[in-house]
Amino acid sequence: MDWRALRVSLWLGAGTIAILLPFGIWLGRLLAVRQFRGKLLVEALITVPLVLPPTVLGFYLLVTFGARSPLGQAFQALVGQSLPFSFEGLLVASAIANVPFVVQPIQRSFEAIPTEILDAASCCGLPPWQRFLRIELPLAWPGVLTAAILAFAHTLGEFGVVLMVGGNLPGETRTLSIAIYDRMQAFDDRSAGVMAATLLVVAVATLMVTATLSRRVGPRRA
Amino acid sequence: MRDRRLRVRLRQAAPIALDVEFACGAGDVLAVFGPSGSGKTTILRSIAGLYAPAHALVQSGAATWTDTGARTFLPPYRRAVGLVFQEYALFPHLTALGDVMAALGHLERGKRRGRAESVLAQVHLSEHASRRPGQLSGGERQRVALARALAREPDVLLLDEPFSAVDRAVRRRLQDEIDGLRRTLDIPLVLVTHDFEDVVRLATHVLVLEHGRTVASGPVTALMSRPELGALREVTGLGSVFDAVVSRTDAARGLVELAFDGGTLLAPLRDLAIGAAVRVRVPAREVILATSAPEGVSLHNVLSGTVSAVHEDAARGQAVVQIAIGSLLLLADVTRDAIGRLGIVVGARIHALVKSVSIEVQGVSARTRTDVAP
Repeated sequence: MDWRALRVSLWLGAGTIAILLPFGIWLGRLLAVRQFRGKLLVEALITVPLVLPPTVLGFYLLVTFGARSPLGQAFQALVGQSLPFSFEGLLVASAIANVPFVVQPIQRSFEAIPTEILDAASCCGLPPWQRFLRIELPLAWPGVLTAAILAFAHTLGEFGVVLMVGGNLPGETRTLSIAIYDRMQAFDDRSAGVMAATLLVVAVATLMVTATLSRRVGPRRA
Repeated sequence: MRDRRLRVRLRQAAPIALDVEFACGAGDVLAVFGPSGSGKTTILRSIAGLYAPAHALVQSGAATWTDTGARTFLPPYRRAVGLVFQEYALFPHLTALGDVMAALGHLERGKRRGRAESVLAQVHLSEHASRRPGQLSGGERQRVALARALAREPDVLLLDEPFSAVDRAVRRRLQDEIDGLRRTLDIPLVLVTHDFEDVVRLATHVLVLEHGRTVASGPVTALMSRPELGALREVTGLGSVFDAVVSRTDAARGLVELAFDGGTLLAPLRDLAIGAAVRVRVPAREVILATSAPEGVSLHNVLSGTVSAVHEDAARGQAVVQIAIGSLLLLADVTRDAIGRLGIVVGARIHALVKSVSIEVQGVSARTRTDVAP
């Protein structure tokens, strides 16, 4: 059992959620309530990671982050290390790959709030930010929860993007999925089996937490 | 005393045609009445600041909420307005108490709960304070919505089809409740409805709307006595509406005597105390005209008066006669043939015969204000 790989995987999942949720809530709500020019293009761009083969996505991210690209050079100058084949680079790649899984459920849940409810909140004297915190966010909460769990589960299982951008550096970019593949290549079936079982347990646990939380949230909806 | 008069002027051609101008004084109930799609709700939304017509002026007392001429537009959350939505729009994730507390942002944190509890008690919902909208009946939801709208002590209360989603029995109780509020609040109350019963029961003034335009407006009793309002006939049937007081009850004969400014009427006995204020509606088609008082008939009410107006409708071969009885202007629907036969002209003496059972009586609270909305 590669405990370091499990730690990398869990940190990657948690980090992806931490980066993506605020962004997803902002963008999802924006897409739900505003009509603006280019909205369709934005929605299409968000969906791209969903339809692109992970290796293709990984390839483009690698090219974008690479030492020869302006973005890669800027990061190098700022942080003093390169993005590809580092945990930070993996985190950025994972966040980008998960955008559709986060933005779409959140957008749907904000869209599901009736206009009358929002109007009623305004007529109750709630300024926009209070209306957001006290009315919109609690009502969109099931969507936010779904987004977080989808992103976490998807990050644990991601293989193509991780391999392309992160490589296979122990303790840095070797996630559990990569480690399983790695062990199989080395004919270490037992380790691979233990790690696969671990991921299975994590997956089932995630689903159970989702079900419990959504049941607790459920009766709040009229 | 603070001036709380609401003044509204809205004008635009598209996308929703609007051309209305009205005022509503404190303690008055203005019913905006018209078919669906006539722009009623848009008027309420414009007052609340949820909609911005091309040309608009909305003033509450000394405060200007909207003035497109001066580019003034106060956002809804800064207007002292209570709005009860048609489907109530309660917050699904909050209890009745939480819902009302959400509207109390202007109070200190520590005072909100107490205030919300007392407002819920006012609408008799204390025992349901911890329930969410899904656990409340239609009538209870409406009372929460009402409590929420009133909790902020608004300068204007707006009600959008407040009775459309509840059954008839609940409707009656809610109407009474709102009528009670009207007396204690002393703020302008604007009620949007497509049901004429609401107008008769609750309104002091009415504004009849068609395609966003005012067809008629004024005090309910004055407006209902005008013979030429074909628009109203279409939806309600013509009939005069006036205020009266119960002067006598006669249980033995099963009758109640109603005194109005100009005489008395007998109606079937109802659960009404002597001295109770009632609103009376006499449908125009139920009134029979006679040149001399008949004898040996079953009807109780023979009212003598003077013909004050005759409005002939050539297309229908009918006419509406307005008869002045004291200050009451009674309307009668008759055929043009009857006009000729009886020699009905303005100024002629006439008897109006009304069956007691055709008189519609509704108990209301005393109405003192009669000033005219422009």
